[in-house]
Parts: sequence; structure tokens; C-alpha cells
Amino acid sequence: MHPLLSKDTGENRLLLGNEAIVRGAIEAGAAVAAAYPGTPSSEIANNLFFISLEGDWPIYFEFSTNEKVAMEVAASAAAAGVRSLTCMKHVGMNVAADVLMTLAYVGVKAGMVIVTADDPSMHSSQNEQDNRTYAKFANLPMLEPTSPQEAKEMTIEAFEISERLELPVILRTTTRTSHVRGPVELGPLPENVKTKSTFEKNPRRWVPVPAVARMRHKVLLEQMEKAVPMAEGSRFNQVSGNGKLGIVASGVSVCYVEDALMELEAGDDVRFLKLGFTFPYPVSLLKEFISEVDEILVVEELEPFLEDEIKVLCKDVGRDVPVYGKASGHFSRMYEFDPLMVKRAISDCLGRRLKEREQVDLSNIPVLPMRPPTLCQGCPHRETYNAVKEALRELGQEEKAIYPTDIGCYTLGLLPPIQMADYLLCMGSSVGSSSGFSVATDHKIVSFIGDSTFFHSGLSSLASAFHNEHKFCLVILDNSTTAMTGHQPNPGIEIRPPGYDRPRIPIEEAVKGLGIKNVHKVNPYKKKEAVSLFKEVLSKDELSVVIAQAPCILYYRKFGGKK
Amino acid sequence: MDTKKILFTGVGGQGTLLASRLLGQAAMAAGMDVRVSEVHGMAQRGGVVESTVMLGGLKSPIISQGEADILVSFEPLETIRALNRCSKESVIVTNTTAIVPITVKLGQAEYPDVDYWLDFMRSNYRRVCALDADGLANEAGTKKAVNVVLLGVLMGLGELPVSSDMLKETIKRQVKPKFVDANLKAFELGLSRANC
Repeated sequence: MHPLLSKDTGENRLLLGNEAIVRGAIEAGAAVAAAYPGTPSSEIANNLFFISLEGDWPIYFEFSTNEKVAMEVAASAAAAGVRSLTCMKHVGMNVAADVLMTLAYVGVKAGMVIVTADDPSMHSSQNEQDNRTYAKFANLPMLEPTSPQEAKEMTIEAFEISERLELPVILRTTTRTSHVRGPVELGPLPENVKTKSTFEKNPRRWVPVPAVARMRHKVLLEQMEKAVPMAEGSRFNQVSGNGKLGIVASGVSVCYVEDALMELEAGDDVRFLKLGFTFPYPVSLLKEFISEVDEILVVEELEPFLEDEIKVLCKDVGRDVPVYGKASGHFSRMYEFDPLMVKRAISDCLGRRLKEREQVDLSNIPVLPMRPPTLCQGCPHRETYNAVKEALRELGQEEKAIYPTDIGCYTLGLLPPIQMADYLLCMGSSVGSSSGFSVATDHKIVSFIGDSTFFHSGLSSLASAFHNEHKFCLVILDNSTTAMTGHQPNPGIEIRPPGYDRPRIPIEEAVKGLGIKNVHKVNPYKKKEAVSLFKEVLSKDELSVVIAQAPCILYYRKFGGKK
Repeated sequence: MDTKKILFTGVGGQGTLLASRLLGQAAMAAGMDVRVSEVHGMAQRGGVVESTVMLGGLKSPIISQGEADILVSFEPLETIRALNRCSKESVIVTNTTAIVPITVKLGQAEYPDVDYWLDFMRSNYRRVCALDADGLANEAGTKKAVNVVLLGVLMGLGELPVSSDMLKETIKRQVKPKFVDANLKAFELGLSRANC
């Protein structure tokens, strides 16, 4: 039995924020979930995948080919009346944004929760966009947990809010709230889970042609009006202390503020508004808060999402309260915060001198050797890169070739000694960007994409490249898994977790199905064969696809013998 | 109760995450509020792996520069790298067995003089416990128990509000049955070396 299905109600478990979200979804009776993996959200999907695979709990889960598809799966299930969840990393929300913006108009019947896990400081991402902006952009309710316990409670609450408003609800975490462990009290598991329902047809609601969409936009605004008092009265929005310095924070910043107030013994010198239900803005709560304090420090990572609104509300209230945060230079719009940074800002606002611990003079420490992340010893990607490099060297093209790359372990081909990554934007961008380079340059172009990324967003770009007669060699690094995020399945995999029996789409057939005839398969460990194939392919000036097929060695060790 | 900020650092594959999780489990079993932070994803591929255990009601998942009460390091170069997280009051537990990074193997960088920096630590920090945790893990019967040896040392220091017995119970519950004996032995060996 999966540990997150424990029936020990009332007991504590040391859960990751992401695990707590899964437990919350289970306790709330979610019956459909779909996702594409991405750090820092991956453990949510992984746990749901194994719970569903093991079959001890009535929940359907799928790894969809991308976030857009996953959100559609969850949205229609919720439209039919079954509680659903989808989760993704922050940039995954961009892929799903087309769904999100109109899903807000048509709404849901049963509760639907959209988890977005942001990555301030870009621990494993290509940007640090603040997805709270999406709540405002799509105009949907949003909750932001500060601890695993709250992550579980908010997940359950998000289903309730969603059902009451007939709108999906966004649960926004960050790396630090997704990847922190803390005690979580297990609640009761539901007796009955609604796994099937009947979809009630209503084209005037579910088919947003212009006439319907115009009506539904109005409905969305009305529903979000109703959400305001819900945010204002939410138990996740709390005020404490009676000082004249007001502090407002949400997410992990709440933790930094709470620790700072404890260490500075300043709990009574401030008035602290901890926000968990952050959108729609709890307007009356904020206005009341503004009228009670003399100055306000807003502690939030990334964009001034709360700060700007508080400034607007100060004008509405007619109180000229100084608001400190990003604009005042107390905090940066870049990177994640840390406890000392917040402690310094608070003591600065309180006009106190912070007693910092006595530091050792470390100025004599030499520059220390780095430990850059590398491809594993024996990784097949290394072999592929080396074969391409050798082939280009023999053709005298090594210096001139451009290597558009993509998102996965193989992005590490950026580093020495391989250094074969020249351009990257997002999932699937290797294919589209190769097309642009082939038009705008005369360089030889060899681009790299993984099997999972290919299914995520390489297929339609490859159709476009073929149709528009672009000339490059696309190397599909097929290691039979989504390796970087922890070995999730994709439609192309040959090696499977035990019990996973969904139909396979061989990449070769998919590519040929697009009409591309210049398709080759090679085992990168067969060095001579690989080099001569690449030489042959790269000596011509045309679109070609080479599928370098060899399983991820870590994945093979896990499931290789258990087909 | 006093707060404690414990920083674990090491190289991917050394078991730092399990060590911090075991300590977190033991603290929770003792009825304490606790936070354990972990590094996942790209940072794990052979790179530096850091985790924290925060005791005594602290809510923050991470530790700022100069604010670690205790540093438990699985590798001497990583100990030196993490010194900026310590203050003069910090306690340092460090393994002395080096894992030479690829950048050194390729001749792009030089591995620091470990003995020199251990002396530096001993003369600048409140308590320093340096030991060959890999050797002790081998003695206990499993190379993989470096993390439990270091947990043993940490517990033996008597700086934490968690008892060694509680941690042993946690090891028995969390470690695979066939590795329990070796891990308990590794823990005892660590405990016996906390004489700094």
C-alpha cells in the first residue's frame, strides 16, 4: 500500500510539500489527475502515478504528453463532474496557458485544482517567472502554502472553493514550499470517491464561440466578485501583533518573517498580515490593515504582486502610508530570499541594529574547484554527442556547426568537454529554432531533443520544419524515459515500470508518419556505426532525423529486467 | 526550546538527504516541530547536495550565510565551501575522505590542502570533529553508511534536543531490514568518535 494512502487518521507524517498536496487531493476525493513532469512539481505527479498504477485507490492518473493536454484532461473531467487535479512547473503553465485563459471562462462543475510550482533562483529552470501573475491574468482564485501541513489543507480547501465558484483554483508553490518536509497530520480518507459522472451538455456554457464567450467573461467577473469575501474571510489570511510597522507576506516569505520576528523578539512591534488566499486580493482586509499601521513592508519573492496592489489600495483609503519592498530597494525582483535578508529588512524598518553572529575571516580561502552537474558515467547521450562531434570533425565542419538544444539531461552537453549546446528557449525549441537558423545562416545545424521532449512539443514543430523545407539534422536522444525529472514514462518507451501497459508509439514510426523519409536509427554505443551514419547524413544538405536509441543507464537498472 | 539550524552538505549519492530525513523523523517522533529541506532535480546530477534540518519551531527551510549552528559535511572540500554558512559559534562535523571533482581531474582546478584547512577550522570555530567516516562505514560493514556514521557523531556531540535512542529507533524503522545491523553499528561507531 502506498504510504500516502495511510489510514492512520490523526497521526503525523514527515511529508514533502508535494507529498502533502497528493495526500490533500486523496482526502478531497480527487479521482482524475494528469500532468507532465517538471521540477519542482515532479513528486506530485510521481506519487499520483504510482498510487494509480498500484490500484489500491480509485484515482485515474496519466502522464500526458504536455501540460496543455494534461490541463485539458483535468478540465473536462471536472466539467463532467469529477474532481480533478493537474500540476506543473512554472514554465509548464505557459504551455497550458491557452487552456487556462478560456477554462476560466467556461469553468468547471466539480472541483479542479491547478498546481503551479515556481522556481525562484532557477535551481532547475530556464527562467524565474512569477506565476502568481497567471492568477491575475486568467482571473482565477489562488492559494499559496507556507508549510507541508498548509499545502495539504489548502489543497482540500481549493477543491471546495473551486466547486463553490465553479472555477478552477490555482495552488501556487515554490521550490522551497514544494521541497520542504514537515509534520503533516493525516485526515480521514473519503468513504466514497466519485470516479464517474454524466456530462450535462450545454453549448451555451461549454462551447465559447464569441457569443458564448462574451457571456462567460461576464460570469467569470461575477464569480470572482464572490471570491473576494471568501479571500477576506479565509482562515489562511491572518493578522497578528499590534505594532505600527505593518508586514505583509505570502508563501515561503511568511516563514522568513516568522523566524525573523522570533529571533528579533519583535512580534509585538509589528502588525503582521500573513496571506495564503492571495487572489482575488482580500481587499477589505488589506484596507483595514493599511488604516491600522504607519508604514508597510511587503515581503514577497519575484514580482511586486502584493506590493503594487497595496499601493493602489493606499490611494483608495486615502492614507499616504510608505510601502517598502521592491520599489524601495529593500528587496530584489530577482532570485529567492533567505532568512537573514528578511531579518535585515525588518530590523532596518524597525530602526534596530541587528546583532549578527561573529564571522570568521574567510578571505584566504582560495577559489574552490566546482562540481558542475555532469552526464552520468556511461550515459548514452555522451556517446551520441561524441559520435556527432567525430563525424563533423571528419567532415571539417566541427567549428562551423550550430547545435540548438532542448530541455532534459542532455542540456548538460553545454559543459566541457562536450560543449554542444548553442541555443535554447523552452521545451521543444530545438526543432523550431533549427528552422530559423537554417533560413538565416549557412551553418551546418545539428539539434538535439529527448524522447519525452519530442512528444511534448517536437512533433508539430517537426511537421512544420518538413513542410517548410528546412535543412538540419535532428538527433532524437531516445533513452526510453523522461530521465531528468525522475524517470517518468512517455508514449515512446520500450522499458516500462511493472504494470504499465499503455500502447507504445515508436518514435521512428511517428516521424515517418509525418512524411519524413530521411529517418535513421542508431545505437550510440556502436561507435563506428554511429560515426559513419552521422557522416553520411551530415554530408548532405537536407532535413534528416537520427534516433539515437539506448536506455538511460539508471532507468535500465531500475526497470530493465522487468518488461 | 532553543532553535537549531543544521546544515548537511555533500556530493550527490552520499546519502545527505537520507541523513537529514532520519534526523527529521527522529525529531518529529520526539514531538518536535521540524523542517527538512531537500535539493531535487538538476542539482543532484553529481553536484553539491545540500539539505537542512531546522529544530525548535523554526519555519524557514534554508540557512543564510553565517547562520548555521551545526555543519555536517560529508566531504572536506564541501566543508570548506560551506564555511561561509558558519559563524565562530558553529560546530563542524566533517568527513575527511575526499571525493575529487571532475574539474580537478581535468587539471582545471586544484583540490585544497585539507589538513591546513582542518587546522584553520579547529582554531576558529567552537567545536570541530573531523574523521574518516568512509573508513568507519567500511568497518561497520557497508560503504553506504557514511551518512549514518556522521549522524552518530552529530548525536554524540550532545548539542541536539533529540536522543540517540530516538534516532536508533528511527534507523530501525526507516532502513531496509537487511541493512539495519550495519547501520546501527555505523551509528555506534560515529557516536564513539564524537570526542571533540
